Amino acid sequence: MSVPIQRADASEGMSYLDTLPRRAVTVFLPLALIMIVLLFPFYWMVLTAIKPDSQLLDMNHYNPFFVVGPTLAHIDDLLFKSQYPRWLWNTFYVAFSATALSMFASVLAAYAIVRLRFRGANWVGGAIFLAYLVPPSILFIPLASVVVRFGLFNSPLALILTYPTFLIPFSTWLLMGYFKTIPFELEECALMDGASRWQILTGVILPLAVPGLISAGIFSLTLCWNEFVYALTFISSDNNKTAPVALVNAFVDGDVYHWGTLMAGALCGSLPLVILYSFFVEYYVSAMTGAVKE
Amino acid sequence: MTSLAQSPSAKSASVRAPGAAARLMAHRDWLGFWFMLPAALILISLLVYPLGLGVWLSFTNATIGDPGKFVGLDNYSWILGDATFLHSIVFTLAYTLIASSIKFALGLYLALLLNKRLPFKALVRSIILIPFVVPTVLSAIAFWWIFDAQFSIISWSLIKLGLISHNIDFLGDPMLARACVIFANIWRGVPFVAITLLAGLQTVSPSLYEAATIDGATPWQNFRFITYPLLTPIIAVVMTFSVLFTFTDFQLIWVMTRGGPVNSTHLMTTLSYQRAIIGGSLGEGAAISTSMIPFLLAAILFSWFGLQRRKWQQGGQA
Repeated sequence: MSVPIQRADASEGMSYLDTLPRRAVTVFLPLALIMIVLLFPFYWMVLTAIKPDSQLLDMNHYNPFFVVGPTLAHIDDLLFKSQYPRWLWNTFYVAFSATALSMFASVLAAYAIVRLRFRGANWVGGAIFLAYLVPPSILFIPLASVVVRFGLFNSPLALILTYPTFLIPFSTWLLMGYFKTIPFELEECALMDGASRWQILTGVILPLAVPGLISAGIFSLTLCWNEFVYALTFISSDNNKTAPVALVNAFVDGDVYHWGTLMAGALCGSLPLVILYSFFVEYYVSAMTGAVKE
Repeated sequence: MTSLAQSPSAKSASVRAPGAAARLMAHRDWLGFWFMLPAALILISLLVYPLGLGVWLSFTNATIGDPGKFVGLDNYSWILGDATFLHSIVFTLAYTLIASSIKFALGLYLALLLNKRLPFKALVRSIILIPFVVPTVLSAIAFWWIFDAQFSIISWSLIKLGLISHNIDFLGDPMLARACVIFANIWRGVPFVAITLLAGLQTVSPSLYEAATIDGATPWQNFRFITYPLLTPIIAVVMTFSVLFTFTDFQLIWVMTRGGPVNSTHLMTTLSYQRAIIGGSLGEGAAISTSMIPFLLAAILFSWFGLQRRKWQQGGQA
C-alpha cells in the first residue's frame, strides 16, 4: 500500500482522496450555510445593540443589515439607567453559590458511591441517574409551595437551594466517571500509610480529578445562568430577579419595545458565559459528552 | 496478598482490596452515610418530596397559600374536558417529534461534516456550540425581535427580494408561530446533538472505512453499515436527552409567544405555569404537570434500553 501504516488510524482517513472542488461543494458550502444560520441571531443582537433608534425603525432609508454611525446609547441606558447591573450581580451570586454548594455535595456523594462502595451504593448511583432525568419544569409547582412554606419566597436563597436539585445529579454522575479512572492502588497506599478517608479524598483524589471538577463546575455555572422557570416562579420583586427573567419584562413600555436596550441586555447577559466558555471549551465539551456517555 | 486473603472479612471485599481496606469495612456503611448526607438532604427534600407533593396536589383544590382539600380526580376530569389542555398535548407531541427528528437529522449531518478534514477544526467546533452556551432566554429574545411583526429582518429581506408584498406577522398567526418556536428550538438544539455525536464519530477508526472501500463499498454503504451501527448506542442516549429537554421545554415558548396567539403554542409546561402560578390554581397546574410523567417515563425506558444495548456491545452482561 502506498499509504504509510501509521496513517491508517490517524484522523484524516481517506479524505485525501477528495479533490478540492468536490470538498468545497460537499463540505465547506453546507458548513458555511449552517454556521451563518447558527450565528446570525448573535450578529443581529450586536447590530441592534449599537444601532441608533432612528435606524432601527426606519428600514427604508438604511439597509438594516448594517449600521451607520454606531452608538453606545443603548448600552449606556442598560448599565447606568436601569437595574441591569443589579440583575447581573444576582445571576452571578446565585450561580456561584449554587455551583459551590452542589460541587461540595457531589464530590462527597460521587466518592462515596464509587470508592466507599457502601451497602446499596449501586442502587444509589442508579437513583442519582434517575434524578438527573427529572426536569425542573414538572417540579416548579410543588416546589413553589415548598418554597413558600419554608419562607424563602422572593429570596435568592430559594434559588441557591433549588438549583442543586438539577446540578447535583449531573455533577455526581460526571464525577463518578472521573473517580473511576483513578487507580485503586494510590488510595491503598495512602490507607496503608494511615490516611483517613477524608485525607485521601482531599489529598489524593481531588488533585487528580481537577479536570473533572473544572468540567462539572463550568457546566453547572452555565446551567444556573440559563435557568429560567424557578427564577421566574420563586422571585417576585424586581430587585432580586436574575438577568434572564428580568430582561423578558424590562424595556417594554406598553406597546413600545426598546429593542436596542433589550438586545444590549441579551448581549451583556450572554458575554460572561461565552467568555468563560471560550477559555474552557475542552472541559465544556467533555462535560457535555461525558454526561451523555453513561 | 495470599496471607491477607485468609482473614474472613477480606472475602467480601474485592480481590484487590488488601487488609487496610478490609479493616475499614466496619465503618464503610457509616462513612458512606455521612458522605451521602448533603446530597441526599437536598435531593430528598427538594426533588423527591416535591415530586410526590406534585402528584398529591393534583388531587386537591390547592391554591397559592391554601393547602386545599382532597378532591379526587376532579382536576383530571376537568382538564380532560378542556380543549386548551388537549390541544397543548397534541402540540407538545408535535413540537417534540418535529423538532427532535430535524435536530437529529441536521445534527448527524453536521457531525459528519465536522468529522471530515477541515482547516481550523477546533475553532469551527467551538463556534458551532455557541447557540447552546448562550442562555436560551436571551437567544429567544433575539428571535422575538427577528420575528417581530413590524420590523422583522426576514420580512424586510423577502420584500426587497420581491417575494412578498406585506410584512409577515410571524408570531401573530397560529400556524406560523408554531413553526417559529419549532425553528428556534431546532436552532438551539442542533449544536448539542452535533457535538455529542461528533464525540462518538471520533471513536470510529478510519481504517474500517478504508477496508470497506477496498471491498467496493459506496459512501452510503460506509455510512449505513459502519457509521450507523457503531453510533447507535450514543444516538439512543443523545436522542433520549434531546426528546426529554424538548418535551419539557418552557423558556423558548414563554419568551417568544407566552402560549399565544389564542393558546396555539402552549406546551404542557407553559400551560401548567399559566394555570398554577398566574391563575393561582395549583391543583389544576399540578394535574397538567403530572400528566407529563407517563410520557417522560416512556422516554426514560427508551434510554434504559439504549444503555443496555451498549453494555451488551461492549461484552458486558446484558
